[in-house]
Amino acid sequence: MSILSLKSFAEINEKIKQRRAVVVTAEEIAEIVAEKGTAQAAKEVDVVTTGTFGPMCSSGVWLNFGHSEPPIRMTKVWLNDVPAYAGVAAVDAYLGATELTESGSLEYGGAHVIEELIAGKQVKLRAISYGTDCYPRTEIATYISKEIINEAYLFNPRNAYQNYGAAANRSDRTIHTYMGTLLPNCGNVNYSTSGALSPLINDPYLRTIGIGTRIFLGGTQGYVAWHGTQHNPSRPRGENGLPFQNAASLALIGDLKQMSTQFIRAAVMEGYGVSMFVGVGIPIPILDEEMVRYAAVCNRDIYTNIYDYSVPSRSRPVLAKVSYETLQSGTVVLEGRKVPTAPLSSMKTARAIASTLKQWIADGQFLLSEPVAPLPTTASPQNLEIVGGA
Amino acid sequence: MQEIKAFLRFPQEHFSKPITYRLVKEYNLMINILRAEVAANKAGELIMDIEGSEQDIAEAIDFTAHEGIEFRILKSGITLDEERCVHCGACTSVCPSGALTLRRDDWSLVFAPEKCFACELCVKSCPVRAIVAVMHLNGTVLAG
Ligand code: SF4
Ligand code: SF4
Repeated sequence: MSILSLKSFAEINEKIKQRRAVVVTAEEIAEIVAEKGTAQAAKEVDVVTTGTFGPMCSSGVWLNFGHSEPPIRMTKVWLNDVPAYAGVAAVDAYLGATELTESGSLEYGGAHVIEELIAGKQVKLRAISYGTDCYPRTEIATYISKEIINEAYLFNPRNAYQNYGAAANRSDRTIHTYMGTLLPNCGNVNYSTSGALSPLINDPYLRTIGIGTRIFLGGTQGYVAWHGTQHNPSRPRGENGLPFQNAASLALIGDLKQMSTQFIRAAVMEGYGVSMFVGVGIPIPILDEEMVRYAAVCNRDIYTNIYDYSVPSRSRPVLAKVSYETLQSGTVVLEGRKVPTAPLSSMKTARAIASTLKQWIADGQFLLSEPVAPLPTTASPQNLEIVGGA
Repeated sequence: MQEIKAFLRFPQEHFSKPITYRLVKEYNLMINILRAEVAANKAGELIMDIEGSEQDIAEAIDFTAHEGIEFRILKSGITLDEERCVHCGACTSVCPSGALTLRRDDWSLVFAPEKCFACELCVKSCPVRAIVAVMHLNGTVLAG
């Protein structure tokens, strides 16, 4: 298939600046293509917006607190009793979303601190040090908020997974997982993507998404910083190019101070620990017919595996392969029985993200950015084998 | 054996009477007081878990009526914090009564309290802790 590019990023941006760009969501484009065909849709539509809002554990925030008088070279840092990593310079720290409070509760962690910072609340900062000639202070206890610290930017090592397995439980007891509560004997199936609205589903080979891509992150503009950890675009794919499992992923960055708790929310997975709902939306430029075909994908053509989460192994058995149309219908047939399904990722918020991004672009406030460098198109993540050593 | 949650309101003159003692002693009930409120010059209120045989409970209710004590069986249930709910749907997969469902058009969570039978399975399945188990009295939330 030879592809003649219809439009460039620059041409689309020109239209956005003049507020002439035609922007639709990934759900709307499917209807437009069904009605007018891909050739016409590719001519008419400039940008397709996507959205997802699900628990994304691999998230966290970089903070710089500023210097106290006398100054301290913080070696250990706690925010509301949740430890942050302080092994970088004097007053920088990284607070991971899944870090738990030292009180021993599984109900409060880094994600809650992040949500409180975004909400503008005061957070208790405690730090200790061994004291140096240039940084004599050995401890500090005070309160911070986003208004009074220097930087606070979200830097999420792995977000926006391209597809994700669904979960069931074949054992005879209820289990609590990061995929939610799973009832015994396959009593329910939980899944966690926004299907046809999901960002990387709409550009399966990452043709238009790369380092530097401007995105919606947590209610403000953010960027793709790198490929995500465990990025695995080499997974098996269907004819439409879509993988059946978690494949590509993104590392994302954005200014926490501008974010909103509507699009970043602390989550507690019972019996598992803390995670964080992260809102991500990526604009897909319709450069040509191929891109419109990708963006018009429907839930009936997106498949995922249902895994048995009662097997505590890195390779869990596959119970079935199902489409998102089936998952979103509310029931799926598993081992000959009708089983209720439920999402963990909010379709309602995913839609709000796609339509907010659509509005930003249509209003001329958000320009598309051509990737500075592409993301890897092949990869083979390693497993961690346990070996003897020194 | 039967287990109920009950709400008792008794007039001032009853304060000195050992009501709960008599419920335990004379009606063989096991009682766990969940909340007690006695304001000066006003009626007193008790919320308690009561466990006993069906007949003993019925007789205890008759006894309280005779004593001029208001006795109501409480229905427990849940409340949903609509501000906090992100409409993820995690609670809908564990709800056995169909009280919690997702609308398929706009994907918002719908709670139908009349279907809820207070199993409280949804409480811990909600990742943002938007669901709280509560006791209800004729539609008024008494305690969280
Ligand atoms: S308490 Fe039980 S029945 Fe009521 S809404 Fe929650 S899960 Fe459903
Ligand atoms: S699990 Fe909680 S946040 Fe999700 S839909 Fe139910 S009440 Fe709302």
